[in-house]
Amino acid sequence: MIHTDGLTKQFGTVTAVDHLTLDVPEGEVFGFLGPNGAGKTTTVRMLSSLISRTSGSAEVAGHQIGDPSAELKLRHQIGILPENVGLYESSSAYENLEYYGQLQRVEATALRQSIERLLRMLDLWEKRDLPVATFSKGMKQKVAIARALVHDPVLLFLDEPTANLDPEASKTVREFILELKRERRTIFLNTHHLDEAERICDRVGILNTRLVTTGTPGELKLGMSGHRTVVTVDGPMETLAAAIRSRLGDRRIDVQGSSLVVDVTDPDRENPEIAAAIVGAGGRLRQLTQASASLEDVYLKLVHEGGPSA
Amino acid sequence: MRLSQAWIVARHDLSMIRRRRTILGALIAMPAGVSIGFPLLVWYIIVKSPGITDGVIISFVDAFAFWFAIAGVMLPSSISAYSIVGEKTEKSLEPLLATPTTDGEILLGKVLAAFLPTMVSIWAGATVYMVLIDAITRGTLGYLYYPNLTIVVLVFALAPIVAVLAIEISVAVSSRVQDVRSAQQISGVLFLPFILLYVAAEIQVFPLDTDHLLLLAGILGLVALVTFRICRRVFDRETILTRWK
Repeated sequence: MIHTDGLTKQFGTVTAVDHLTLDVPEGEVFGFLGPNGAGKTTTVRMLSSLISRTSGSAEVAGHQIGDPSAELKLRHQIGILPENVGLYESSSAYENLEYYGQLQRVEATALRQSIERLLRMLDLWEKRDLPVATFSKGMKQKVAIARALVHDPVLLFLDEPTANLDPEASKTVREFILELKRERRTIFLNTHHLDEAERICDRVGILNTRLVTTGTPGELKLGMSGHRTVVTVDGPMETLAAAIRSRLGDRRIDVQGSSLVVDVTDPDRENPEIAAAIVGAGGRLRQLTQASASLEDVYLKLVHEGGPSA
Repeated sequence: MRLSQAWIVARHDLSMIRRRRTILGALIAMPAGVSIGFPLLVWYIIVKSPGITDGVIISFVDAFAFWFAIAGVMLPSSISAYSIVGEKTEKSLEPLLATPTTDGEILLGKVLAAFLPTMVSIWAGATVYMVLIDAITRGTLGYLYYPNLTIVVLVFALAPIVAVLAIEISVAVSSRVQDVRSAQQISGVLFLPFILLYVAAEIQVFPLDTDHLLLLAGILGLVALVTFRICRRVFDRETILTRWK
């Protein structure tokens, strides 16, 4: 659905996006993470042909960006939720959606049905005729998402959809995005809410002007931490560590208080062995968990160190 | 350029304008003031100056009619300031630009939304003005002064050109200001030369007859063409998204 190759954008001497090479297949929810100023919004604007690229190429929904003859077709096939909702405050929710639907050339009957379906999905149908100015931030965000969907696009760009929302509104918006995910829509989600990315996205990419890494949240976390098993035990720690080594072979085991952190290569096979070693050495096993870095750990490490995890 | 797409933008902006009482008020009040107030003034002058010549009456009537050209500056400036700076303050330009609508279509829609109500207002006002002036001056002049070529040139050539120029300047100004009032005030600078022309007409320095109005329309038409190029450069989606303040 999205393929970029060396996509670059410079504003004067400042490079906003540097040689971005990325693939997002159809039906995937791709999270684009990065600090403010990393180039996420610029990337979305380039991919939606709102601004030009400096170099490189990109194909979005089958259209080459930068091809003037394809620009309008491309914008018909994508939906965008910009960082600022940008609704007409004195107009009603219905009028806002109707205007964009008309600009997207949606036929009148289909447009009415689409607006009704979306507003009902978002619990806004009863408030369709009220001016948007009377809505809460979360409701406005929902209207803006509906606006991006009113023409049933094949690809959706969401730029910080839960930014500045209270937890309840964020949850509502997240649930709606998950609903869209269940419909197998391709979604490109710009966010710096790592928790949101982890919960919603099939894969994530971390951008800091350059693309630092991509992968599923699980892969990234594993890439940073490797497989480590944490066992909380009662008993002589060094004896228990030696028992584990004698059973599984030499390996790194760190003692952290009443826990042993054991490097493992195959948790499914080795964790029962660890438990047996501890019990066999007279220890009392209180807890055994698989440790992993959080996505936040991965993000902070990669953004600050500027390189992919080993 | 698809006119239908531009018309969707224009229709939307027109519906927004209908909700702005200040704009609606200006669209009604200014032409009404010119079309009713000035004929009453002409009537007062005739009544109070029994020996007044036909030439003086006509010079007053032509000079007062020039206010329809001035309305062509004032009315669209305030509408287009709302239309463009309003989008800017509501941050609704980006979603609009993300639709399959070209920059030219959006710009044309916005120009139409400011131009059409202005011209309807001016033409309606000019009609009332002509009727009242004819009713008041027929007895003194001995003939119906209106309609004549001067008013035709004024409301069908000069006023539309002036309106387009005012909208273009408003678009250019809108890229640099953050609020509607500033846009209106800066665009309003165009109003000053027209007031000077009006004063010049009143003191017989620049008579506002057909020839002079055609000359003025020609010069302003050329200025409007040059300004249009600036306007197109300013109203470019990349410029709007990355450089508009």
